Amino acid sequence: MTGSAPVNSAKNDTIGAIKAGPGGFAPGLGAVRNPGDKIFRAILAAAAASIPLLAFAILAMLFVSSLPVLNQTGIYFFVRKEWDPVAQQFGALAFAYGTLMTSLIALLVAAPAGVGIALAITEFSPLKAREWAAWIVETLAAVPSVIFGLWGLFVLAPFLHQYVDPLLMRVPGKPFFAGPDTGLSLFTAGMVVAIMILPTVMAVCREVFNAVPNSLRESALALGSTRWEAVRLAVLAPSMPGIIGAVILAMGRALGETMAVTMVIGNAPQIVSNLLGPADSLASAIANQFTEATSDMHLSALTALGFLLFGITMVLNIVARLLVWAVARRMQHVAVK
Amino acid sequence: MIIPTAPVRARTDLIMRGLCWAAMALALVPLISLLYLVVSKGLHRFDLDFFMHVPRPVGIPGGGMANALVGTLVLVLIASLFGMPIGVAAGLYLAEFGGGRFASAVRFWADVLTGVPSIVTGIFAYDILVKPMHSFSALAGGFALGTMMIPIIARITEEVVRLVPVSLREAALALGIPKWKSIIHVVLRTAMSGVATGLFLGATRVASETAPLLFTSFNNQYWNTSLGQPTASMTVQIFTYAISPYEEWRDMAWTGALVLLIIVLLASLASRLTLSKNRGANL
Amino acid sequence: MNKFLRNAGVAAMALGVAASASALSLNGAGSTFIYPLASKWFYEYNQNTGVEINYQSIGSGAGIKQLQAGTVDFGASDAFMSSEQISQTPGGNVLNLPATMGAVVIAYNVPGVDTGLHLDGKTLAMIFMGDITNWNAPEIAAMNPGMSLPNLAITIVHRADGSGTTNIFTNYLTKVSTEWAGTVGTATAVKWPTGVGAKGNEAVAGVVRQVSGAVGYVELAYVIQNKMTYAFMKNRSGHFVEPSIDSVSKAADGALATMPDDFRVYFTNAKGAESYPICGFTWFLVPSHFSDPAKGKAFVDFLNWSMDQGQKEAPSLNYAPLPDSLVSKIKDKIATITY
Repeated sequence: MTGSAPVNSAKNDTIGAIKAGPGGFAPGLGAVRNPGDKIFRAILAAAAASIPLLAFAILAMLFVSSLPVLNQTGIYFFVRKEWDPVAQQFGALAFAYGTLMTSLIALLVAAPAGVGIALAITEFSPLKAREWAAWIVETLAAVPSVIFGLWGLFVLAPFLHQYVDPLLMRVPGKPFFAGPDTGLSLFTAGMVVAIMILPTVMAVCREVFNAVPNSLRESALALGSTRWEAVRLAVLAPSMPGIIGAVILAMGRALGETMAVTMVIGNAPQIVSNLLGPADSLASAIANQFTEATSDMHLSALTALGFLLFGITMVLNIVARLLVWAVARRMQHVAVK
Repeated sequence: MIIPTAPVRARTDLIMRGLCWAAMALALVPLISLLYLVVSKGLHRFDLDFFMHVPRPVGIPGGGMANALVGTLVLVLIASLFGMPIGVAAGLYLAEFGGGRFASAVRFWADVLTGVPSIVTGIFAYDILVKPMHSFSALAGGFALGTMMIPIIARITEEVVRLVPVSLREAALALGIPKWKSIIHVVLRTAMSGVATGLFLGATRVASETAPLLFTSFNNQYWNTSLGQPTASMTVQIFTYAISPYEEWRDMAWTGALVLLIIVLLASLASRLTLSKNRGANL
Repeated sequence: MNKFLRNAGVAAMALGVAASASALSLNGAGSTFIYPLASKWFYEYNQNTGVEINYQSIGSGAGIKQLQAGTVDFGASDAFMSSEQISQTPGGNVLNLPATMGAVVIAYNVPGVDTGLHLDGKTLAMIFMGDITNWNAPEIAAMNPGMSLPNLAITIVHRADGSGTTNIFTNYLTKVSTEWAGTVGTATAVKWPTGVGAKGNEAVAGVVRQVSGAVGYVELAYVIQNKMTYAFMKNRSGHFVEPSIDSVSKAADGALATMPDDFRVYFTNAKGAESYPICGFTWFLVPSHFSDPAKGKAFVDFLNWSMDQGQKEAPSLNYAPLPDSLVSKIKDKIATITY
């Protein structure tokens, strides 16, 4: 991709050695004095700048609107249980609990399932079937959230309420499934979200597994391992950081899931260990209460919930990126060996 | 010489591989259940009334979601009007001039914004447009959707434009075309199908959104003719009808879901086909 | 499909623009309680005059809020606005005009138990406070000899949003249970001791229908529409009364004697042998002055129509028509609206 032959053009623009710089153009070309270039670049840069500007604007707006409730309750707001619009006392804990528990349940189900499916596709499938198998699972990702909510409300919730919950309640010694079960619950919401984030886990894991060089797999097989052992040693082990990255990315999506959760979680801001009972989440609280917050403090409290949500997803995003980047570097080192 | 595998290991192999396939089957069950549900329940009201009429009060037959269909189109149009050009321009910047720290920062924030729950964007649009205007509006809804579109389209555009080979760019410059012209006429044109796919994906993604519209475009029982007024949309209408206790409204919610699903699945299929074509062409 | 829809959409919009080029439109929001009736009214009024009144049933609390924010032209609520709330609206003065009356019905989903379960206020309060948790509890059985109540856990369904229906319901419970008054109180949104929340009368009805053992409070029209099973409540005179238009009207008759000039009163637990104890008004919340004369005239027109023609349609949708003496007082008030 690098060359060093100077090229002359009929238009008197002197072009130096052509070496691919960032963006595919020779670096020296930026110095060409065509006013159109400068203007064009400025326009593009302005468009690009709109993105961080937008992010800052959203953060700023959220923060400013959250100030009233934060002034009243301080940082304590984020770990407070109270949510009483009548007495004007607000705290984010019950909703944070709902959001985290739903996401946790979703991940406990979707992570192993997603990894399993990705393995089935990359390791155990015939070559031709792979693209289409992946497409089928990714179709799940294309389904709008509100339709998942419909399905959750009319199919999954009654199904769980009738068949699954009674079985779970028989499991001895667990406070998690003590019941009573209402069909609309943390558990149901967790299951719906699990299905929704499954494609994310699967897609990223697929990329990660595909990046593992075949030499590793072949070495394992040459040493006499079974197909599963080859996968375990040669694919799963080195891909661990990438898998974790995929899971964290999926967690980000799970945390923000609004409509499907709103329709099946039961809308009761409370912190109980009973997973089969109703709860509430940050996003669904906002969705339900925003247009009817009857006081400015209530509105501010809801915006503060949004602020919390933005913060959590931002942190997760950073962590996920670092991990996926780490695995890419690892793979390069392995391949060079 | 074939060394036989110990029976325990062979069994583990079968079990684990079986589990992976079971996971696959498990993922298919909800998908099939969902598709079956939406199709079987949605076909009931899949009629001309649905596509021609606005909602009618309970007890009066012949209502439809025509205004919601048009409303979603209008909202996506408004979003695209500013979301697409800015997104493509940003993506072009990242691809063509994207080496420095500024570009890295832009990529980081684009990823953050794509991950942020859409309801937060809704709050933002409410503060910026609905409160000052003292009105829920199609404009506010379109704005919320547009801001969601920008980072998605920017990232996809960047990926796709990067695929254009250096040789093409060099050839353009060798002919004496100024850099900016070569970006537009050569690079962008070559990447066009990929970029179009990105635009398509961005549009369908925001068309499927509900949460940000709840307090921006609100909802409307009639045809909306003004950008400054509330407007119906597929997603919000489906949600409203789904949680209602009326059989006839719930029926329409399913039909709405069916129509929305058809649009989204077709778009997803189309994008997959064009993307793989694109990849093939650039090898 | 996308292209077809787009072309169809453009054509439809063009037609829509042409058809409603001169159409006036108003926006309103609020009570889900009144939604079935109000939407019929707005539809018919639109058929007659072409005026589009776009009403969204997002809950009484939300209606009041949006009226204060100035994003809607009028509101509807089953809780009247306090003086403080009224002062916080753009114009500073809002009229609370009764539009109709309805009953808050206790709907339940208990296998084997049909409509007609006898309940009284105290027991109801205990159920909603979580003190009674099973349908075969002795307190319930005592009022229903001869009915076989199953061993089934009670699931409470209440409103997740700010609701006038909640207001009427909690207003009643506060009157009949000192414990409720002390711990929960009356408001459009309270801190519920227990239960699942659903958004709007519609959703509460939906959840009750879905969950076996559920009980919730819903407006009469929704209960009848959905053929749900509901309770007969014990009224102040000791009789178990079925919620109906008649029993609501009987309750309102008692309230007429002490009706304040601005119509802001609750008549839960009313006197009268045949009065249903949990009912109330739904008010239209109308600014006393419309800055847009066209809108003002149109809405005043509509209000008068609702007092005449509209009231006649209420019974068919299970709403109680307003007493005639009240209607003439309300019309006098409507005449004071300026634009």
